[in-house]
Amino acid sequence: MDTIFALATSAGKAGVAVIRISGPHAFEAGRALAGDLPKTRVAGLRRLMDQDGLILDEALVLCFEQGASFTGEQVVELQLHGSVAVISQVLRVLSDMPQLRMAEPGEFTRRALTSGQLDLAQVEGLADLIDAETEAQRRQAFRVLSGELGSKAEGWRRDLIRAAALIEATIDFADEDVPVDVSPEVTELLLGVRASIATEISGVETAERIRSGFEVAIVGAPNVGKSTLLNRLAGRDAAITSEYAGTTRDIIEVRMDIAGLPVTLLDTAGLRETKDHVEAIGIGRARERATAADLRVFLVEKGGALLLEPQQGDIVLRAKGDLGSSGDDAISGLTGQGVDDLVRRLGEILSSRAANVGIATRNRHRSAMMRADESLALAERHISSSFEETDIVAEELRTAVRALEALVGRIDVENLLDEIFASFCLGK
Amino acid sequence: MKHFDYDVVVIGGGHAGAEAAHASARMGARTALLTLSRDGIGVMSCNPAIGGLGKGHLVREIDAMDGVMGKVADRAGIQFRLLNRRKGPAVQGPRTQADRKIYRETMLSFTEAQENLEIIDGEAVDFLMVEGAVRGVVLEGGSEISSAAVVLTTGTFLRGVIHIGDVSRPGGRMGDKPSVKLAERIDAFGLPLGRLKTGTPPRLDGRTIDWPALESQPADDDPTMFSFLSRAPFARQISCGITHTNAKTHEIIRRNLDRSAMYGGHISGVGPRYCPSIEDKIVRFADKESHQIFLEPEGLEDHTVYPNGISTSLPEDVQEAYIHSIAGLEQAVILQPGYAIEYDYVDPRALDATLRVKSVPGLFLAGQINGTTGYEEAAAQGLAAGINAALASAGREPFQFSRADSYIGVMIDDLISRGVTEPYRMFTSRAEFRLSLRADNADQRLTPIAIALGCAGTERRTVFEDKQSRMKLARQRISEKTYTAKELSAVGVGLTQDGARRTGFELLSLPSVDFSTLRLLDPGLEVIDREVSGQLEKDAIYAHYIERQQRDVEAMRRDEAHIIPEGFDFLNVEGLTTEQKVKLDRLRPSNLAQAARMEGITPAALTLLLSKIRQAKRSQSA
Repeated sequence: MDTIFALATSAGKAGVAVIRISGPHAFEAGRALAGDLPKTRVAGLRRLMDQDGLILDEALVLCFEQGASFTGEQVVELQLHGSVAVISQVLRVLSDMPQLRMAEPGEFTRRALTSGQLDLAQVEGLADLIDAETEAQRRQAFRVLSGELGSKAEGWRRDLIRAAALIEATIDFADEDVPVDVSPEVTELLLGVRASIATEISGVETAERIRSGFEVAIVGAPNVGKSTLLNRLAGRDAAITSEYAGTTRDIIEVRMDIAGLPVTLLDTAGLRETKDHVEAIGIGRARERATAADLRVFLVEKGGALLLEPQQGDIVLRAKGDLGSSGDDAISGLTGQGVDDLVRRLGEILSSRAANVGIATRNRHRSAMMRADESLALAERHISSSFEETDIVAEELRTAVRALEALVGRIDVENLLDEIFASFCLGK
Repeated sequence: MKHFDYDVVVIGGGHAGAEAAHASARMGARTALLTLSRDGIGVMSCNPAIGGLGKGHLVREIDAMDGVMGKVADRAGIQFRLLNRRKGPAVQGPRTQADRKIYRETMLSFTEAQENLEIIDGEAVDFLMVEGAVRGVVLEGGSEISSAAVVLTTGTFLRGVIHIGDVSRPGGRMGDKPSVKLAERIDAFGLPLGRLKTGTPPRLDGRTIDWPALESQPADDDPTMFSFLSRAPFARQISCGITHTNAKTHEIIRRNLDRSAMYGGHISGVGPRYCPSIEDKIVRFADKESHQIFLEPEGLEDHTVYPNGISTSLPEDVQEAYIHSIAGLEQAVILQPGYAIEYDYVDPRALDATLRVKSVPGLFLAGQINGTTGYEEAAAQGLAAGINAALASAGREPFQFSRADSYIGVMIDDLISRGVTEPYRMFTSRAEFRLSLRADNADQRLTPIAIALGCAGTERRTVFEDKQSRMKLARQRISEKTYTAKELSAVGVGLTQDGARRTGFELLSLPSVDFSTLRLLDPGLEVIDREVSGQLEKDAIYAHYIERQQRDVEAMRRDEAHIIPEGFDFLNVEGLTTEQKVKLDRLRPSNLAQAARMEGITPAALTLLLSKIRQAKRSQSA
């Protein structure tokens, strides 16, 4: 059984954040961080340090023995200061420990169930929560996949399938018309993927600190008042507003702090049919970006259409409240009518979502990429060895692919066979 | 308890049927093998070879369970070759050309000699049904045989249609009649059916082939046997010939494509991508100027030659023309034209892991009828079905092979959890624990299971236990003594002089060290025989990886232990997405490990499933 860890409290700024470590090496990991551990079930103040002796935080440490914890395993809980930087540093140090890995979503609960620590009533209550988690995962995956990392992962997937298929073809179709030596092409593919992964690993670390935030897109027809609303929210002239429809052609981002969470507001081009080529590109991009955002605020004039399918939790408001619309859902960027209400609603929705999305996924990606890279390096070394170790090369490739599953999706033997049958004429 | 004529009746004497009948009889069940003709037992209807990559593993596993295929193949083998000799022991596959006649005769004599097993000539036209369960068979002519369980292994006989060019007629393999009546009975069960196709090449008269003009492929000098009980080949070893198609061959085929059954639109079934017809190869890989053909003699006393690589459904005159365009075959006489065959198969997702039809108690299916191809795949299923039919008849707990212990387990799990889209063939790449599931250690993995089940005979048991004790002693010996880098450099092994002492076993994991190196260090190791030293070498090479795989195996076994009750209501599991519910309901995984392998099933969804399974179980026991 692996030892797993994860942030147990919501992401974002807070007074206290709890990281939970569970599994046979939990105490060992706790000692590595805290020096020594307090008696079980007694809180103790400890100074947490990384492997180089750098102080990470001062934390309240709690230990639970096997059989007397939430998961039924050895558990260490670290109550940290709820700072994004502290949390991500501690998570990073933990993920560098060889026996530990980031917990899969729902894994603590699953262990609790397996060991019988959780009773059925509790499980029933958890069902809703778990559902929310998968939903967050799906959205998260979609956003990751629609961005740059997505297209990179797609490329890795293609290259890894190709490399594994080449190796497997020489193994499973040895007596047939397949190339005898595939190592030059395989080596080239592996080198390419490794270089790309290396860039991504360093990128994730910095990106994580700078921009871990939610995207909220303001969507609506041209001239409905999106930019005016954005300016009101941001308190400055970030987007150029004028009365002429179609002014905002590029997507304008404004970063804000809502309920303690970093939020990026997106002002998108107005959605409408257009013959203007440049504007059409802007609208296309706006649609894409708005769809991928975490949340959308729709501004609709009376009788106007939504122009984009709202997703669960999206906010739909009546635009231009100053021109006569009234009621709870009317808003006006010009007068400020309904703006405080909107901020409150955004805060509520995003806070509840923050429970599931955030640094964890990013860090998980990082450690997945590192594990994959390790296996790819070994595969490369075995290919170039003078002993034919094709079966071991294939095994390392398989391990790498499994590590990357969270990023590139599952690569099944059928994917390899598809590639093999498409590339080689088989059947002696 | 009702008295039955037999405990188990096996219908069909092909590779699945023979293995099923033997397994059932070895288990102590009174078994009847019902076949259209006893000359049909052990007939190789396609290419005359046993084993290969993945397939060779299956044969070794069947043998480790004390099955018959390996022993018979060793007696019939006329060209033993170990494939992937240079690619690492985990992916090496034993293979042999087999003399059809010897194979068939040996299988028949083994079957006649098997205790508890009786051969009955006859055609099954229906099942005996008792309260919705299959409890025997009705024969052509009306006589009945009752039994506690029935294993159906009717291959391509379900609505088989043979195509040669634009001529088609009903039939199983060439010369046999299809079982239409039985097919109707299967229809009545409402099992999901699909349609597949497969093809064969024209058979040639070896006396009319210009052998001296051709490249030849000899047998191995040190043959690797299938059975752990065999030491050396029984039959004389021969070579196969190799030739190639050319531009002229391709031109002839291209010109006549519209006359091919497959391209003329007469066939609707899906064929295997790894064994395409020559028509397919020429259309799909138009750039390729030539395709390899292996000329495989069908026996020592038989002139028939099987040209492997050019199966076809073109009309006879076209087959004749393209054969004569090939080097060495200019004068070749066709003894039997190539043909394609289409047949029904039962979607194996209707089966459980013991190959029992989930909705029909007492009925097991094995072999090609489950959508697989190949003698070895068929026999391996026969083994699993035979064992379980015998267990069921005795009221004992069922036995399942696992993905972690065998290729047989991989195959059955693939079949029952994903179904098939083309005839299913074993590949080593299908086994995620490939480094642990090797041909050389099949006995270590499975023979203890066979012994525990009561499926292994005395000879098997003695040979295995003897090998185990030799292995244990040898392993102990090479794990005790340690050596420094300095001592090693004296025998030509260059290592960094780090002062560390390494055991003999650790040394074996280095690519540059084999057992002969250890013998230089410790002359006392001379007494260790080749079988044991060879396996220790292989164990050592993979020791590190096997440890790693062991963790994955444990995780999978834990999930496998969470059985999802039959009839579990996936659609009402609150919290799953609609997509997940529909997918789970369609594929109906029987345990958590199977569910985990399904695309789109997240860890959170598994947690939810687990909690519901536990809930269902608790309310059952309450």
